[in-house]
Amino acid sequence: MSSSQSSVLSPQPSVLSPQPSKPQVTIQTRNLVKHFKTRMGEVTAVNEVTLQVRRGETYGLIGPDGAGKTTLTRVILGLLTRNGGESRILGYDSMRDPYAIREHVGYIAQQFSLPPDMTVMENMRFFADVHGVSRKEQKQRIPELLEFAGLTAFTKRLAGRLSGGMKKKLALACSLVHEPQVVMLDEPTLGVDPVSRREFWNLLGNLRTEKGVTIFVCTPYMDEAERCNWVGLMYQGRLVADGSPTTIKTLAPGRLLEFTPLPFVPARDLVPRLEGVLEVQTYGVMLHVFVDDPERRGPEITAALAAQGVACTGMREIEVRMEEAFISLIRQQASQR
Amino acid sequence: MRMKSRLKRLWAMVRKETIQMVRDWPTLGMVIVLPVVELFLVSYMGASLLDHMPTIVADQSLDSHSRAFVNALEVSGFFAVTEYVDSEAAVIRAIDEGEAYVGVVIPPNFAERVAQGDAQALVILDGSDTFIVQSAYSAAGAIAQAHGMELMMNTARRMGRANIAQLPINTFIRILYNPNIDELIFLIPGMTAMLLQLVCVNITVSSVVRERELGTIEQILVTPTRPLELIMGKMVPPILVVTADLFIIIGLGVYWFKVPFQGSLPLFCWLSLLFIISSLGMGVLFSTICKNQKQAQQISAMLMMFTMLLSGLLYPRATMPPVVQFIGNLIPATYFIRIARGIITKGVGISFLWNDVIALLIYAAVIVLAAGVTFKRRLD
Repeated sequence: MSSSQSSVLSPQPSVLSPQPSKPQVTIQTRNLVKHFKTRMGEVTAVNEVTLQVRRGETYGLIGPDGAGKTTLTRVILGLLTRNGGESRILGYDSMRDPYAIREHVGYIAQQFSLPPDMTVMENMRFFADVHGVSRKEQKQRIPELLEFAGLTAFTKRLAGRLSGGMKKKLALACSLVHEPQVVMLDEPTLGVDPVSRREFWNLLGNLRTEKGVTIFVCTPYMDEAERCNWVGLMYQGRLVADGSPTTIKTLAPGRLLEFTPLPFVPARDLVPRLEGVLEVQTYGVMLHVFVDDPERRGPEITAALAAQGVACTGMREIEVRMEEAFISLIRQQASQR
Repeated sequence: MRMKSRLKRLWAMVRKETIQMVRDWPTLGMVIVLPVVELFLVSYMGASLLDHMPTIVADQSLDSHSRAFVNALEVSGFFAVTEYVDSEAAVIRAIDEGEAYVGVVIPPNFAERVAQGDAQALVILDGSDTFIVQSAYSAAGAIAQAHGMELMMNTARRMGRANIAQLPINTFIRILYNPNIDELIFLIPGMTAMLLQLVCVNITVSSVVRERELGTIEQILVTPTRPLELIMGKMVPPILVVTADLFIIIGLGVYWFKVPFQGSLPLFCWLSLLFIISSLGMGVLFSTICKNQKQAQQISAMLMMFTMLLSGLLYPRATMPPVVQFIGNLIPATYFIRIARGIITKGVGISFLWNDVIALLIYAAVIVLAAGVTFKRRLD
């Protein structure tokens, strides 16, 4: 019953991370399965996912929309039932000990889901009260968190009237009010402007370094994945690969050339057929081409295209980024089925 | 320790619900105003149903006896003659057109036939409305009989046979609690029950469903709040609002509609609380089925219809088939209507109401627990 297809790219996570002393695991799943029944039949949203998140780590679960990230997160939290496998947080089983999990875990749902008709302060106090945080602790902690989230000036504003970025910050502050050991965030920067996104990630960074909180974050943005120290790639319900961002990038098929062809279309059709070309990805008006040997293939491609009347400008080798590695890994997955 | 954190969480939920309820003042206003409006509508409508039915008369005889008969109909207050026509066909046409509910046709030579003792008058009723048929049928029958009896006794007296001018059997009818057969005395306690139930169900269903629609339920489910705490937190603030509704409705009933309050007000309040909790619990139970506000509205409309028909509000439950009675027993208003009539109209104490009080107690406990059990702790 092992998932043979994915194990090509994704051996057991622990094997990929040869750490001398085994650190404590906070989130753990083994062969986790979740089906949904729809009118069209059964859909497997999470398919035999095995992952581990170590204490103090920032784990990024990345993947396109519909990959199953939200479902996986919800099952781990016990918000959805699971259909197979295991899932635990801090040793508590997602299905059997959901309330123990809730006392030690913070969560931000993908869609803004704080009561919009309550003010910033009322929200903070509600989540503090409901988690049993004493009034004395609240007096100290709430102003701290508001300061941390940059919301001190907005305590009387209704949560529903905050900007997108501030809503996310408030959600983060509320999810931290009971000092959780683990925070799970489902696409926390969806619909947030770039400046607020950066601010939000800085907050997460501080959280990790200052408080040692374990952060589990789902995101479709590759630049955010680069900020994580461990990344899981999810595609069509499977964990396709996981490892540190550096490791993930080495899973790409070769080295990467970038150039701008003119005209674009004939180049895009021709380049994949050339010798030594492993994979071609379009990137705006540019082509990103994986090759076995950039020093040799670069001039060859330029020459081959020139023969067809296509001009090449800006030919250079670039670092493989998460984005190219991710697209490449997904293509390999898709071609395997 | 565990109890303490339970209470803390419950209190947090209550505070949250209260804040949200107060902020949503348009809804709050509706919740308070709507039952009052409905009370006025139904009460005035109910009061005007039985009497002064528009009546059309075709008097083909036009003599003193026929006029006396029409007069007797009119004096009773049940019939209001709106028009005189000359034929039966014209009467039926008027009823067809909805101008009159009742038609009276008096054939020619009415006086002569009265003298002969075989006079007949035809009463035509609009059968498309059973309310009209019921009230006009019995009223016309009774009036005709009384009028005929009077004529007979007059004749007897004139013939010097006063001894037969007395009926061999006389019945005296004493109507307890409501001697003047005032519709409102019958309607207001029942209406109170139905309106309170309606408000309770609407308020809880819409609050839970809104939570689901906004997605805020997800964020609350990841807190350590237990379903029962969540439900009870949602029930406490509405209890206050609905109690306010209760006092407004009862106040209007007593001071505006002049319905006498015979029994104990404190007893009535305590039992109302029990009823309100049952109704709120039913609301939460319904909210576990509804996915959106549209479904919530439909289910509340359906409940209102069931309550009108099956709870004993308008129709006596004793005549209903057992299955229908059983369905009626699932509606908390069924018990409370009997309690309300018992206390408000009859003025009886709790010793007469035990059956319904115990039933309502069990009902409240079961429905709140059932709501707690069926409340989805997960999103799927």
